[in-house]
Amino acid sequence: MSVTIRDVEKVAQLAKLDFSHDQKVELARQLDEIVAYMEKLRELDTDDLQATFHVQDLDNVFRDDETKPSISQESALQNAPRVNRGYFSVPKAIG
Amino acid sequence: MGERALERARDIDGRVQQGKAGSLAGVVMATKDILAMKDQPLTCGSHILNNYKSPFDATLIERLEAEDAIIIGKTNMDEFAMGSSTENSHFGAVKNPLDTSRVPGGSSGGSAVAVAADMALAAIGTDTGGSIRQPAAFCGVVGLKPTYGRVSRYGLVAYASSFDQAGPITRTVEDAALVLETIAGVDPHDSTSAPIDVPRFSSEVNQDVQGLRIGLPKEYFAEGLAPDMRSSLKQAIELLDRAGAKIMEVSLPHTEYAIATYYVLVTAEASSNLARYDGARYGFRSENPASLDEMYIQSRTQGFGEEVKRRIMLGTYVLSAGYYDAYYRKAQKVRTLIRRDFDEVFKTCDCLLTPTAPTTAFKLGDKLDNPLTMYLADIYTVSVNLAGLPAISVPCGKDSSGLPVGLQLIGKPFDESMVIRIGDFVEKQIADQQNAPA
Repeated sequence: MSVTIRDVEKVAQLAKLDFSHDQKVELARQLDEIVAYMEKLRELDTDDLQATFHVQDLDNVFRDDETKPSISQESALQNAPRVNRGYFSVPKAIG
Repeated sequence: MGERALERARDIDGRVQQGKAGSLAGVVMATKDILAMKDQPLTCGSHILNNYKSPFDATLIERLEAEDAIIIGKTNMDEFAMGSSTENSHFGAVKNPLDTSRVPGGSSGGSAVAVAADMALAAIGTDTGGSIRQPAAFCGVVGLKPTYGRVSRYGLVAYASSFDQAGPITRTVEDAALVLETIAGVDPHDSTSAPIDVPRFSSEVNQDVQGLRIGLPKEYFAEGLAPDMRSSLKQAIELLDRAGAKIMEVSLPHTEYAIATYYVLVTAEASSNLARYDGARYGFRSENPASLDEMYIQSRTQGFGEEVKRRIMLGTYVLSAGYYDAYYRKAQKVRTLIRRDFDEVFKTCDCLLTPTAPTTAFKLGDKLDNPLTMYLADIYTVSVNLAGLPAISVPCGKDSSGLPVGLQLIGKPFDESMVIRIGDFVEKQIADQQNAPA
């Protein structure tokens, strides 16, 4: 299996990233080399194994359903590139 | 930041006079710029967070300040902690103070340098695949990565959430123990923080090692480890042997799969975690985007550096339809095998001893052209994160070029006490030996 420029374009679209043609060529080459290295995992028979999603012995962790103080609207918006009347403002999404 | 530190110093002076000062009163510290401090910049070494200021304090910062530590600055790092050399920062590469033509290790390179160059007594780093231990080794200082869940991640910007853990970089093992006992413990703001009692780690220093069973995983001493590093480690092993520790060879048979497993899983988690940087709510937004989608794409494309984009691409690839089972699911199952390797050896050992890294500090630029070569430099550290274990790197002599060698001790889950106890012993024995008359 090898990573093609088409793969790079498809994945870039999913990841919301844009690359020049030269960058795509270089990325395809690098990802191909890395993915080829990862193929090593196929040597192992893992059919009967449980997957490890996390390493802890914790199940669901709950807290009491109580309201607690939170940050103000002002500080929640303090890092926003654009604000309009207390909302985050972005370019028009519907024409 | 300076004003905040000076103001705190004056307050603490007052408390010292009243006899009410905290356990870290006046200890000057630095923190990797991936931890939130209220109203301070939080860049993660990235252009995308260039103007970001945190609206709150990380839990561990609160805990340090509650014990009267003074945080004087934030340290440079590989962008979003992605790297092993601290060359991937938007703000420029960090150099090793012992030899400025060499890297300090990464990704917590700035924190290791702050301690090694005596700019701070202790610094906080974070460790996803070795990012506390490897820079500590390269700079000749101590780095302690706690058990996953031991220290709250609230206010620690997420890279790979099932791996990330914060811990101290210090000059001595005792200092690392003092910092760890301050920052550790369950936190209601982080549901993955462990509800397990925090022992007084600093009481583990100056203990003997008589009868302790120390395993040497043969896979970590295989070919590829430089002979001068091997002989430095051998000296430390002999010191432990003479002091009555029981040294035994053990095996972690799935070690050769650790790098592949690690880079599948961390890039997958990173691609998901870094989806939040979209230019909408905070961080960099591209100029005059024509549409919402254009805003997302251009903000991310212009805001992220090369290595971050590469890892997002790799992570998105292994999670995408058709590849999920072959890579992501597969790696999660191999993670189970790697954990079992450790469960098995810890039936007969109290602790494992290994090199921290396969080489000492390498030259700036040496591994930048080939990402895979850089990834392979993490061979001795990533398994610990895959299994969520505690580990410490302590200095253990020099190689033939005079660069520090790091010795890693790996403990059972939540048994930081053991790696602190043995690490303190090794550190003091080596110091005694160096000070002994010839």
